[in-house]
Amino acid sequence: MERLRALFLAPARVVNFLLFLVPMAIVFTYSLLSRGIYGGVERPWTFESYTRLFDPLYGGILLRSFWISGLSTILCLLLGFPMALFIARSGARRNLYLNLVILPFWTSFLVRTYAWMFLLRDTGLINTVLQALGITHQPLPLLYNDGAVILGLVYGYLPFMVLPLYTTLEKLDKSLLEASADLGARPWVTLTRIIIPLSAPGIRAGSILVFITCLGAYLTPDLLGGSKTVMIGNVIQNQFTGARDWPFGAAASLALMALVMGMLIVILRRDKEQLL
Amino acid sequence: MNAVLELREVSKHYPTHRAVDGVSLSIARGSLYGLLGPSGCGKTTTLRLVAGFDSPTAGDILLNGTSIVPLKPYQRNVNTVFQSYALFPHMTVRQNIEFGLKQRQRTVPDMAERVQRVVDLVRLTGKEPRLPTELSGGEKQRVALARSLVLEPEVLLLDEPLSALDPNLRKQVRSELKDLQRRTGITFVIVTHDQEEALSLCDQIAVMHQGKVEQIGTPEDIYLRPATRFVAEFLGAMNWYNGVGIRPESTRVTHQGDARVQAVVEASVFLGHRVQVRTRTADGVALIAEISRAESHFSVGDAVGVCWNSTDEIGVG
Repeated sequence: MERLRALFLAPARVVNFLLFLVPMAIVFTYSLLSRGIYGGVERPWTFESYTRLFDPLYGGILLRSFWISGLSTILCLLLGFPMALFIARSGARRNLYLNLVILPFWTSFLVRTYAWMFLLRDTGLINTVLQALGITHQPLPLLYNDGAVILGLVYGYLPFMVLPLYTTLEKLDKSLLEASADLGARPWVTLTRIIIPLSAPGIRAGSILVFITCLGAYLTPDLLGGSKTVMIGNVIQNQFTGARDWPFGAAASLALMALVMGMLIVILRRDKEQLL
Repeated sequence: MNAVLELREVSKHYPTHRAVDGVSLSIARGSLYGLLGPSGCGKTTTLRLVAGFDSPTAGDILLNGTSIVPLKPYQRNVNTVFQSYALFPHMTVRQNIEFGLKQRQRTVPDMAERVQRVVDLVRLTGKEPRLPTELSGGEKQRVALARSLVLEPEVLLLDEPLSALDPNLRKQVRSELKDLQRRTGITFVIVTHDQEEALSLCDQIAVMHQGKVEQIGTPEDIYLRPATRFVAEFLGAMNWYNGVGIRPESTRVTHQGDARVQAVVEASVFLGHRVQVRTRTADGVALIAEISRAESHFSVGDAVGVCWNSTDEIGVG
C-alpha cells in the first residue's frame, strides 16, 4: 500500500522537483552572483544584490505596488461578490454565467490589455464618443495613470475573485437564509449577518489570489501605466531585459516571494486560531 | 372553533406537477396539529407556504383571520423549526437564540431574561457559549426550538422534527415536544411521515396524499374510521376481506375449525412483544394476525381458523 502510494506520487514529485525546486535553486544561485556585462551572471559571489534592495527607491515602489494591488483587490471584491451571489442563485443558468466569467481567458491577456489601450487612449473609442457627443472638448487622460492600471488589474483578475466566492456561496445551506428570514431578518441583515460571515473562506481565498497576482503583475502596469506607474513586477522584469542585472532581478523576485509567503503564513495561522 | 391558522383552497402548482392541490385546513389555537403523509405528498410544501418561503399559486392563508399571503417570511408571526435545524454555525447557542429578538423594530428590554427563560425551558442551561458543532443532535434541536419559541410566535411550524434524531432518542423527544407545547400554549403544526409519531403526538391530524387532504380528524378518527383506503393503509397494516378492513391486532388465529375463515399458516414471525402470524385462505387472500406470545403456538402449514369481532371491521368508502 505504502509502496503504491509512493509510486502514484512519484510523477507529481518529479514535476515539482524539476519545475519548482530546480528553477528556485537557479534563481537563488543567480541572486548571489555578480552581473555580467552583457546580461547573465559572473563570479565573484556577493550579497550586494540583497543589500541594494534596501534602497528607499525600491521601498517606495513596493509600497505603491501594495497600494495598487490592495485597491484592486477591494474593487474586485466589491464587484465580484454580487456577481458570485447572483450566479450561485441563478439555478439552471449558473453554468452559462460561470462560462461567461471565464470566457475572457480564451483570448490572450496581452491582446485584451491592448484592447483597453484602444478604448482608453486620447484618440480611443471612449474619448472619441465623448467628444463627438460634445460632453468633453479635450481628450480625458484615461490612459497611462494609476487609474488605468487598477482598471486593467480589476478587469484581468476579477474571475480569480468570482470563482472562489461562487464556490463558497454555492455551498451555503439555503435553509440558513430561510431561517434568518423566518426569524425576522430583512434581506440586508441576512446578507451582512449570515451570508458574508459564512462566505469568509471564499472572500479570503479570492482576495489572496487577486492580491498576490496583482502584486506580481508587470504587463498591465507596463502597458496601461506607461513610465509613470511602476510596480515591483516592472522593476524585476527590467533587470532581466533593459537593465541587464540578473542578480538583482533574482534577489528582488526572491524577496517578493518571501514577503508574500510570510504574509500568507500570518493570515493562515491567524485563521486557524479563529477556527479552533 | 377559534382557528389561529386557516388555509382556504391553497394550491401550489409547478409546471410538471401539483405539489399542493386545493388544501383547506382550520387549525385551532393552542393545538398540536399534524400534517401526515408519505414523502412527496405536499406536506412540507404546505408548511413552506405558511412560513412564506414559497407563494401559493391559488388560495388564501389566514393568520388570526388576516391574509398573510402578501407578507414576506420576516413579516409573518410564525416560526419554523427546520428538519436540518438550520442553526447559524458561526454563532453560539445564545447568539442563535438572540438573533430573532434583535430583529424586532423596538429593542426588547427584557431580552436577557427572555433568553434565560427559554434556555431553561428547553434544558440548555450552561450550553449558551457553545457553538452548534459542539452540541449533540438532541441539543441542536432544542436550540432550534428555543430560537423560535423565544419569539412567542402565533404558530410554530416543525418540519419532520424527529427524523434527524437517532431512534432511541425519538420517543423521549416526542413526549418532550408534547410537554413543551402544553406549557407554552403555542400552536404547533408538525409535518411528519411517521404515522406512529403523528398518532401519539397530535390532537388533530390531516392526512395528505398527492397534494390533497384525504382526511382530517383526531388520531382515533383516522386510525379507527379511515375515510379512504389510502388512509387506512398508510396508518398501519390492514387485512382486506370481502371489502372490509381488519387491523392485524384485531385479528385472531385459532385451531378450531368453526372460525369465520379457514386458512393455512405461511409464516410465524417473532417481533419481541408480539408474534406476527401470516396466513392465506384457500382463495389466496393474505390475512395477518398480530397476537401475544402466549397465544402463539402455530407452525407453518397448520390449518387454522381466522376470526375477528365484527365491531373491529373497518368499512372504507
